[in-house]
Amino acid sequence: MPIRDFFHRRGAGSPDIPDDLWARCGNERCRDLIYSREFEKNLRVCSKCEHHTRLSARARIAQLLDPNSFHEEDAELRPGDPLGFVSDGQPYRDKLADSREKTGLEEAVLCGTGRIEDVAMRALVADFGFMGASMGSVVGEKVARGVERSVQDRLPLVAVCASGGARMHEGIFSLMQMAKTAATLARLAEAQVPFFALLTDPTTGGVTASFAGLGDVLLAEPGALVGFAGPRVIEQITKQKLPPRAQRSEFQLEHGMIDLVVHRRDLRPTLGRLLRHYSPPTAYAAGGPSRNGKEA
Amino acid sequence: MSSGLSPWERVQFARHPRRPYTLDYIGCLFDDFVELHGDRLFADDPALVGGPARLAGRSVMVLGHQKGRDARENALRRFGMPRPEGYRKALRLMKQAEKFGLPLICLVDTPGADPTLPSEERGQALAIATNLLEMSRLRVPTIAAIIGEGGSGGALAVAVADRVLMLENAIYSVVTPEGCASILWKNVALAPEAAQSMKITAEDIWRFGIVDGVVPEPAGGAHADPARAMLELGMALRDTLDDLDGSYGRGATLDVERLLSDRFDKYRGIGVFDEG
Ligand SMILES: [Zn+2]
Repeated sequence: MPIRDFFHRRGAGSPDIPDDLWARCGNERCRDLIYSREFEKNLRVCSKCEHHTRLSARARIAQLLDPNSFHEEDAELRPGDPLGFVSDGQPYRDKLADSREKTGLEEAVLCGTGRIEDVAMRALVADFGFMGASMGSVVGEKVARGVERSVQDRLPLVAVCASGGARMHEGIFSLMQMAKTAATLARLAEAQVPFFALLTDPTTGGVTASFAGLGDVLLAEPGALVGFAGPRVIEQITKQKLPPRAQRSEFQLEHGMIDLVVHRRDLRPTLGRLLRHYSPPTAYAAGGPSRNGKEA
Repeated sequence: MSSGLSPWERVQFARHPRRPYTLDYIGCLFDDFVELHGDRLFADDPALVGGPARLAGRSVMVLGHQKGRDARENALRRFGMPRPEGYRKALRLMKQAEKFGLPLICLVDTPGADPTLPSEERGQALAIATNLLEMSRLRVPTIAAIIGEGGSGGALAVAVADRVLMLENAIYSVVTPEGCASILWKNVALAPEAAQSMKITAEDIWRFGIVDGVVPEPAGGAHADPARAMLELGMALRDTLDDLDGSYGRGATLDVERLLSDRFDKYRGIGVFDEG
């Protein structure tokens, strides 16, 4: 189903395309009212304070990929409940049902092929609205399968990351997804297929400390929280207030942990350029990577 | 055996201040240990120690988280919570093990990676991620043993091994019980319930197929008879090395490709989900 149709069928109350004439900036210190059509045109970046509003996975795909180019893969994966986890009297399975209802998604990550500026690629896109895009078995499996497909068909991989970390409801299985995703990325690296990780607000915990942190190039949106421990945990442990911009993408850039901070309007051209640099079309014609015209 | 303990009682055993720590095991079970220091980038991290040593007559690389016994030592060792330089030192030692063909033995005992701003500034997440990737393809046999607390990514960063052992009263979890209770229920006092819900005991973790063997502890726990506990782990490590030798060969006859392929499959296969 084309993305646009999907949005239009969502109807009133959809978080993706507000029917209201006005939207409000998500920055607590701004809260500016913005004309909805202008807000959409600005890719949901506040024209007054440049705050980048969090995007659903579907909205991200609509913004970042070429129109109608996304073809989903591994859509059939559904989470299990290996611990029989219950939180505040609510079984994990009910929590998942709520999240499905809220987001229209089966899990916190969408995977599929598509194009950016006409370059073929594979995208993994997280949706923070689905249990904080936490990584359990399905997120780990979708990442692993996406990576393995790219090892096979050599499509460059772009992961649009967001996450509160590993999903506690699946316990040790969630932790092990960190090893699983990292192990598959070792094979992608050996196959010399590029992996670009775009870190969006917020990308923390076991996701930053596994696949999201392993991109050949790490990009982040302005102001995105990027780190290992969440700010609340750090403040609890150290009993000290963090400086306001600590762990934001600009802080990570300054400390040498990421390559680029990229405004949302520049993401397509930047990724397009990187994709063309690291995946020359001859690579596919030869059925493998080529260097300076020589077969690898 | 300490059966009949609740998960929260296990947590107390796993964290017991008289429980043997990494350097105790190394001192008791290994010969000719030479502790090596530093990540060659920033600093030496006393929360993670390691170096070459001899076990059962052969040279190995041994490393592990090191907790402190008192407040002064813990100011130095940060309760066994490594900073990025600790993980980078571990990686340096792993690479050295690979270079010189030494089996790698990792002893895991940490509440988690150090969660402070200095660690964030130096790329804690990326240091852990890099270790996960590199351990998955390290070209020597690897053994990890969870000897106390196996806390989250900070534990896993030295535990992506061919064989993983777990002491009977050790715990292995995605986050500390306190962290889980705080995040899910905004109440640290509910940590005992979190310990129960997350299924973090050796029996549970073994039943899930995440660890390959559970090492028995003396009655009353490892802290009740540390010498006995260390002896048990020593036997288990020797058996596991023998088992790896038998499966993959050793030295010049080591079948590296099969070792790596089996290690990959072991971690690639973990996960519980339905397909359609
Ligand atoms: Zn604003």
